[in-house]
Amino acid sequence: MNFILLFEQALNGLQFGVMLFLMAAGLTLVFGIMNLVNLAHGSLYMVGAYLTVAAVQWTGSYPLGVLLGLLGTLVVGMLVEVVALRTLYERDHLDQVLATFGLMLFFNELIAILWGRAALYTSLPAYLQGFIEIIPGSIYPVYRALVIGVGLVVGAVLWYVVAKTRLGMLIRAGASNRTMVAALGINIRMLYTVVFGFGAALAGLAGLMAGPIYAVQPGMGELILIQVLVVIVIGGIGSVRGALVGALIVGMVDTLGRAFLKPLLAHFISPPAAEAAGPALASMLIYLLMAVVLAVRPAGLFPAKSS
Amino acid sequence: MRARTLILGACVLLLLAAPPLATWIGQPYYIELLRRVMIFAIAAVSLNLILGYGGLVSFGHAAYLGVGGYSVGILAFYGIHNGWLQWAVAILASALVAFAIGAISVRTRGIYFIMITLAFTQMLYYLGISVEEYGGDDGMRLKVKSQFSGLVDLADPVTFYYLVLVLLLGCMYVVHRVVHSRFGMVIRAAKSNEARSRAIGFSPYPYQLAAFVIAGSMCGLAGALLANHTAYIAPAFMDWTRSGEIMFMVILGGMATAPGPALGAFALLVVEDLLAGWTQHWQVIVGPLLVLCVLFFKRGLAGLLPGGKDG
Repeated sequence: MNFILLFEQALNGLQFGVMLFLMAAGLTLVFGIMNLVNLAHGSLYMVGAYLTVAAVQWTGSYPLGVLLGLLGTLVVGMLVEVVALRTLYERDHLDQVLATFGLMLFFNELIAILWGRAALYTSLPAYLQGFIEIIPGSIYPVYRALVIGVGLVVGAVLWYVVAKTRLGMLIRAGASNRTMVAALGINIRMLYTVVFGFGAALAGLAGLMAGPIYAVQPGMGELILIQVLVVIVIGGIGSVRGALVGALIVGMVDTLGRAFLKPLLAHFISPPAAEAAGPALASMLIYLLMAVVLAVRPAGLFPAKSS
Repeated sequence: MRARTLILGACVLLLLAAPPLATWIGQPYYIELLRRVMIFAIAAVSLNLILGYGGLVSFGHAAYLGVGGYSVGILAFYGIHNGWLQWAVAILASALVAFAIGAISVRTRGIYFIMITLAFTQMLYYLGISVEEYGGDDGMRLKVKSQFSGLVDLADPVTFYYLVLVLLLGCMYVVHRVVHSRFGMVIRAAKSNEARSRAIGFSPYPYQLAAFVIAGSMCGLAGALLANHTAYIAPAFMDWTRSGEIMFMVILGGMATAPGPALGAFALLVVEDLLAGWTQHWQVIVGPLLVLCVLFFKRGLAGLLPGGKDG
C-alpha cells in the first residue's frame, strides 16, 4: 500500500464525504426545525441531477445549466413542501415516513417516464476535464477537487448563515420554539418553506455534482439517501455539526474500506477468502460503524440540544 | 360484532373456495396471485405485532423475508431439500438476526429506531449483493422446492395455496394470542405510555425485544414461503421499498387490528397487479395514492368494518 494511493483515496473519501454532507445538512435542518423525516430528500438529489443534465443540453452552457438546475430544484422543493409536506409537520414520524416514501416512488417513476430508465451520462466542459498535481507525483481530477472545494465553501456559508445572520437566528428560534416565533410576528410557514427549499437546493447541488461522477438514473437518490441517514444517525439527528462530522467519517470509512479492506484482509486470511469477504465487509462497514456508535451513544455523536 | 364476524368469515370462505373457482373459470393465475397476497399478509401480520400493537416503527421488516428466503435457498444450494429443516433454519436464522438488530435498535426511540432498522436491512441487502457465491445481485434459482417427506407437495399449486392459507390463519391466531396475553399487555402499555409502564414496574426493553424477535421469525417463515413461491431468491427480497410496502399494507389495512394487515396486503397487491397490467409506470399512481391514504385514511380498511375497534 503506497502513500500516493492512500492520499488519492483519502481525497476521494473527502469528496464523497462532502457530498454526503450537502445532503445531510438539508435533511438534518428539516428534521431539526420542522421535525419532519423526509425520505423524498433523495428524490430532490435525483431531480437536481436530471434538471441540470437537461438544462446543460438546452442552454449548451455548463455554468448556466448548473444555475438553472439549482433554481429548478429549489422550486420543486418548495412546491413539494407547499403541496404535500406542510400537512405532515403535525403528524407522527410513521405518517411522515410513509407519505414521503410515496412521494419518492412517484418521483422515481415520473423521472423514468420523462427521461427513461437508462442511465444518462453527462459530459463536462473541457476546462473541468483535466488533472491537477496536488502533491508531487500524484495527479487528481480537477472536477473532483472542485467538488471538494464547493462542498467546503457551502459548508462554511451554511455555518455563517445559521450562526450569524438574521435568517439563521429565525431558523434556530423556530427549531426551539415554533409557537413563540409565530407569536413574535414571524411568518413561520413562509420560513419553513424557505428552509425546505434551501435544503432541497443543497440536495440538488449534491445531485448535480454527482452526475458526472456516478450515473444519472432513476433511483439514484435512494442509495445515497440511506447512506445519508447513516450519516445523520451517527452525527446526531438535527445537528449540522454532527452532519459534517458524520459525513466526513462515513465518506472516509466507505471509500477507504472499499479500496483497502481486501488487500488488508489478504494479510490475515487466505487471498481467495479475502477476495470473497473483502467487498462484502466493505459494503457493510458504515452500517457496522453506525451500530458501534449507537451502542455507545444512542443519540449520536453530537445530539441536538432542543427537544 | 356479529356483522364483523360474518364479513371476516365470508372472506375466509372465499379464500377457501378460490382455487376451485379459479380453476373453474380457467384462470389459475389467480391462485398464484392470492398465494402471493397471503404470503405478504403473513409478513404484514408479523409487522403489525410490533408496529401496530408495540408502536415500534420498523422500516426494515423485509430483512427477514430475505433471511428466510436465503436460508431455504442456501440449504437447497448445498443439496439439502428437507423442508422441515429448511423452514426451521429460516425461522431460527430470522429470530437470530432480529435479536441482533433489535438488541441495538430497541434501545433507541422514534426516528432513530426507524432509521436504524432501515440501515441494518440495507446492510443485509448489500451483503446479499456482494456474496457472489449465491448469485450476488442476480440472486439464485430454487431448483427444488422444500420437500416435506411426501406429506405436502409444494409443487402442486393448490396444495401450496392451502398450506399458505393455513399458515396465515395460524399466524393471525398466534399474534392474537400474544397480544391478548399478559406479555402483549405490557407491549401495548409501553406503546401508550412508556413512563407509566415503567412506573408500575415493567421495563419495556426485554418485552419489546422479545416481540421484535417473534415478529422477525414469523416474517422469516413468510420469506421461506416466498422463496418457494417464486422459486427464486434475490437481494431484491430485502429491498427497502419492500419494507415500505409491508409497512403500507399494515397502515392501509388498519394498525393494531387483527384482520387489518391481511386486508391491506390484499388491497395493495391487487391494486398493484391491476395497475401493472395497465401501465408499466404504475408506481406513479401508487405513490400519490399512498400519500393520500396516510393523510386521509388513517383508520384503514379494518376501520370500515362494522363492530368493535379490535376483532
